[in-house]
Amino acid sequence: MKRLTVPALLALALGGLVWASMSGAMNVYWQSVIMFMGINIILAASLNIINGNMGEFSCGHAGFMAVGAYVSSLLSVALFTKSAVFGEPLLPPDMAVWLFPAVLLAGALAASVVGLLVAIPSFKTRGDYLAIITIAASYIVKSTIENIGAIGGARGFMGMSGVMSAMTATANLPWILIWVFVGTVFSVWLIRRFIYSTFGKGVDAICQDEIAAEIMSVDTDRVKLVAFMVSCGLAGLAGGLFAHILGYVNPGTFTILKSTEIMVMVYLGGMGSLSGSVIAAIVMTLLIEYLRDAFGYINSFLHFVSIIPDSYEVTQVWKWVLIPLLLVLLMQFRPEGIMGRRELADVFPRLRKFYTFKG
Amino acid sequence: MTQYFGGLCAVSEFSVSLEQGRMAALIGPNGAGKTTVFNLVSGFYKPTRGDIIFNGESIKGLKPHQVTAKGIARTFQNIRLWFDMTVLDNIRIAQYHALGYGLLDCFLRTPRYMRRERDIEDHAMEVLERLGLREMAHEYPKNLPYGVQRLVEIARALSIKPALLMLDEPAAGLNSADVEGLIKLIGDIHKDFGLTVWMIEHQMDVVMTLCSWIKVIDFGATIAEGTPEEIQNNPEVIKAYLGDDTI
Repeated sequence: MKRLTVPALLALALGGLVWASMSGAMNVYWQSVIMFMGINIILAASLNIINGNMGEFSCGHAGFMAVGAYVSSLLSVALFTKSAVFGEPLLPPDMAVWLFPAVLLAGALAASVVGLLVAIPSFKTRGDYLAIITIAASYIVKSTIENIGAIGGARGFMGMSGVMSAMTATANLPWILIWVFVGTVFSVWLIRRFIYSTFGKGVDAICQDEIAAEIMSVDTDRVKLVAFMVSCGLAGLAGGLFAHILGYVNPGTFTILKSTEIMVMVYLGGMGSLSGSVIAAIVMTLLIEYLRDAFGYINSFLHFVSIIPDSYEVTQVWKWVLIPLLLVLLMQFRPEGIMGRRELADVFPRLRKFYTFKG
Repeated sequence: MTQYFGGLCAVSEFSVSLEQGRMAALIGPNGAGKTTVFNLVSGFYKPTRGDIIFNGESIKGLKPHQVTAKGIARTFQNIRLWFDMTVLDNIRIAQYHALGYGLLDCFLRTPRYMRRERDIEDHAMEVLERLGLREMAHEYPKNLPYGVQRLVEIARALSIKPALLMLDEPAAGLNSADVEGLIKLIGDIHKDFGLTVWMIEHQMDVVMTLCSWIKVIDFGATIAEGTPEEIQNNPEVIKAYLGDDTI
């Protein structure tokens, strides 16, 4: 009973989502909101390993997302669909359904290798200095992509929708929705197993007292390496899924603004709290979607009462005023975030009846 | 061994050999270089000159975690626990050198992972039981009194199953009742675990009761060594502690 509650609920949720999107009970807009929610959960939960559990300050998560997005997109387009860049598909398109997870994992692997760019300096550097290195790393990634003309450079790369239609041609299911769901569950599951093991607790030990960790036989360099590679790899997985939802990628998406958005989720949820990150990712996604409508209303209202000139429209750009403002207010009034360092089961002990806390 | 920090000679020509099973002390006035010696042994610094031999092999130049894995555990002058983790987790993490599984085991929860995690927890509880801390296992060290934090730190060092336990001022900040308890405890664990214990301590009753061999250093140089009786009557030591009596 205890072991099966969570898997059963997840299976039910997946079944419900697939049914709702196929029968038209859920429109395309809500489907994409649900998918972005999944992406954000992966991003926030993976960044939480570095910024929460390890207590470092990585502000380049979007860079690793970009690596995963590009590598998996290039692979899937080259393998499964006809394109201007690669020509004829290398494999029969109906294999896309089976090999898609492998493509995503390849993107994740590439991202975790690029994560070494940050992991290796972290042996000797920490705090603000490491934060600067993470920004630098994400800019290296972004500029590299922008300057490779063959994959579209700054214009971006497309063709992934062809892969998606190849999958639907094989079996008519909302594939990308299924993969985002599976990817999200997989990531959270992986992170959970990592941070609850004695191996993963080494990450918290580094956060709380690195010298004590080293003296108490924790190989701090190895722990940092593993933590960064897991975190960056999962960011890459999120990137791969993200690219296949949209059907195209553009290096302009993976700026420091994107990294900030992920950071806001981590701090909103509470540093070092996995369930906090998941909750915050859900809340933030809904909030951003709500703001999309709200700005329309605010715009009409402000025009109606003639506070702003007719020539000026309040647009989505204001999102980037409101989200950082949220961060400022959060740091002022509840710096520990929604959950603090606690997990859901610490706040609601009754939940322990339904799943084992330590797994 | 000798250690320079820039041009400053922090420890000069320091030499000690600890017999297995012995309880020894390193004493000296503030700033004498005692903690530097400990830091050299535990691998924080690499000695400028000289060598460190443990169980017949050189441990010079090893990283601190490697030194610890060889069986040298230590505590700190100012308590360095992981205060936001339960006492049990504090002890569990000290088993890191003997983890015996990798990242994949951890993701897949292989039988090896399950077995090792269970062993680690059992061992941690055993050590806590031995020091009478079993009830504290799920407490956070930040909520525990100072004396108990000291005990937890000793428990954490013991859980490494060391051959040599280095205690850096274990009695610092304890009241006299706690000190008596500590003396008894260190004596007991020394006997029960068959450890070699090496301590830095300022409280002479601790040193004189427990240790059979004492080394005194001042300004990085050794000024005396011997049994407690010899040290108590050594004029050099009295001078270093009390100053010259010529006014």
